[in-house]
Amino acid sequence: MAITTVPRTRREPGRPASSGPAGPRRESLRRKVRDNLTGHGFLLGAVACFAFFSWYPMIRGVVMSFQRTRRGVTTWVGWDNYDRIIADPSFWTAWRNTFYFTVLALVLGYAVPFFVAILLNEFRHARGYLRILVYLPVMLPPASALFLFKFYAYDPSDAGLFNSILKALHLPTSQWMQSAGMTMPAMVIASTWMNMGGAVLIYLAALQNIPGELYEAAELDGAGIWRRIRNVTIPQTRLILGLLAMMQIVATMQFFIEPLILANGTGAEDSATSVAYLIYQHGFFQSDLNGAAALGVIMLVVLAGFSAVYVRLSTKQD
Amino acid sequence: MAQDSGTRTLISHAQLRRGRGRIIYWTLLTVVVVGFTLVFLGPLYWMVTGALKSGQEIAQTPPSLFPKDPQPQNYVDAWTNLDLAKLLFNTFYYAAGALLFQLVLDTTAAYALSKLRPAFGNVILGLMLATLMIPAMVLIVPQYVTVIDLPILHLNLLDSPFAIWLPAVANAFNIFLLKRFFDSIPEELMAAALVDGATPLRTLWSIILPMSRPILGVVSIFAVTAVWKDFLWPKLVMPSPETRTVSVGIYAFSGGTPMNIVIAASVIAAIPTVVVFLIFQRNIMSGLTAGSLKG
Repeated sequence: MAITTVPRTRREPGRPASSGPAGPRRESLRRKVRDNLTGHGFLLGAVACFAFFSWYPMIRGVVMSFQRTRRGVTTWVGWDNYDRIIADPSFWTAWRNTFYFTVLALVLGYAVPFFVAILLNEFRHARGYLRILVYLPVMLPPASALFLFKFYAYDPSDAGLFNSILKALHLPTSQWMQSAGMTMPAMVIASTWMNMGGAVLIYLAALQNIPGELYEAAELDGAGIWRRIRNVTIPQTRLILGLLAMMQIVATMQFFIEPLILANGTGAEDSATSVAYLIYQHGFFQSDLNGAAALGVIMLVVLAGFSAVYVRLSTKQD
Repeated sequence: MAQDSGTRTLISHAQLRRGRGRIIYWTLLTVVVVGFTLVFLGPLYWMVTGALKSGQEIAQTPPSLFPKDPQPQNYVDAWTNLDLAKLLFNTFYYAAGALLFQLVLDTTAAYALSKLRPAFGNVILGLMLATLMIPAMVLIVPQYVTVIDLPILHLNLLDSPFAIWLPAVANAFNIFLLKRFFDSIPEELMAAALVDGATPLRTLWSIILPMSRPILGVVSIFAVTAVWKDFLWPKLVMPSPETRTVSVGIYAFSGGTPMNIVIAASVIAAIPTVVVFLIFQRNIMSGLTAGSLKG
């Protein structure tokens, strides 16, 4: 604060900027201070929002996980919250479900968009239409889309959308969210339908950056379509493929709204619980905010571990 | 589209135009167009028409493709029973405010980081970008605790729109997009404005912003749809029925309401984002790829 007054008080009207030997240097310093203050002034609003709603909560989360607040009194409890969270039987169920969901979502939600993008990139017609179609579900509010799945698509009776299609094809119908084995695949299908549009469009943009000569050369060398995909398309888009894989793992491991809406009231809550859902349960239903914070820290460590492994693998390949 | 003129992809144009290649191309195209329409538009059709069916018709096997006796009353019931006008207005209000705050604060911040470059600017940018690495779910509890009792100021933002508006500003992705766009604006323009005696604010307003319309459009669309689609955060910080967003409101009613009404309400809740998408789809798609590539 003391610095702010320097340029203002010293600046008297009529007084030349450079007076005495130290003048020009002082003027440039003054200018620098003023420019810096202007710059930080422009940053202030956003920095305050980051400080309050991102940076501070990050620290607060870690601190909270080692504290316990009861009736307004906060005490340090060491690893108690972690012990309690890990002792909860649903902790391991939630992690198992989360890994299962993530793996399924990677198989379906990672490979499928890539091949869809390769296919779309070959078409010379209806490009705009197909892109709009793929991206349309991304724009729906997830709650709306999930009610569609819950009430219509996953209706366990024969009147449900999926069951009537399966029946028309003479395939066995399913209980969907009400059968323990199908809850996860059903959630992954809904989640992939809602979210794959973004990945498809990003892949499409990456595919368009591949120089055509590479395919030309590969074809001259007698490489078939599959070989061209393997030796040209995949290496050329490796960076974006890796990046999206990482982003997708982090995003899918936080799945929350799918179990909240789809599993609610179906009796399948247990086989649908995710770690994120458990954070919500502990924090806002069992009023155990400290335990929820500890679970959040565990989740952060696991996800950071994934990122570290990914960075290690991707730098080793080069 | 312009980019498909000439650039060669996996399979050469010539091959697709000749004999067998041509037949395969058109068959595949037809299959994909029909398949995609069924997969992506089909469920939406089912949703819109399903909400028009009576409770009896929705339970019949096999289901009817067209509602035999359309009941627009379902949509009217959804509108009145769930007080959708109120819910939609709330959501719109939060989205508009979040847009305004992001446009003002994120733009000025990106401008400072890109053009004014104050001391420690890069450190601040780094700290902002670091938040992209933190999964949202990890922060949800401490963020909630912060919002109930804001440090230093000791304000409780529960049920206040600021609980949505201000955290929305802490969006590193938007600042990154804006900064990168501003970086591409030539430095000479800034210098020229400075010689003419323009203040930094004036330069931002009269030179930078008019040149940045495309990126401002992209950021605006993302800002609005993010608030519209968000669920858990508004559910936590807007707990009372008067302040709920439309998604949270429908969820709160879903337990004791007939499912056709819930679906009808879901359709109504989805209309604004779908309309925004159909109007601005070109901007949205270019923004999506601009943000992810070249990084």
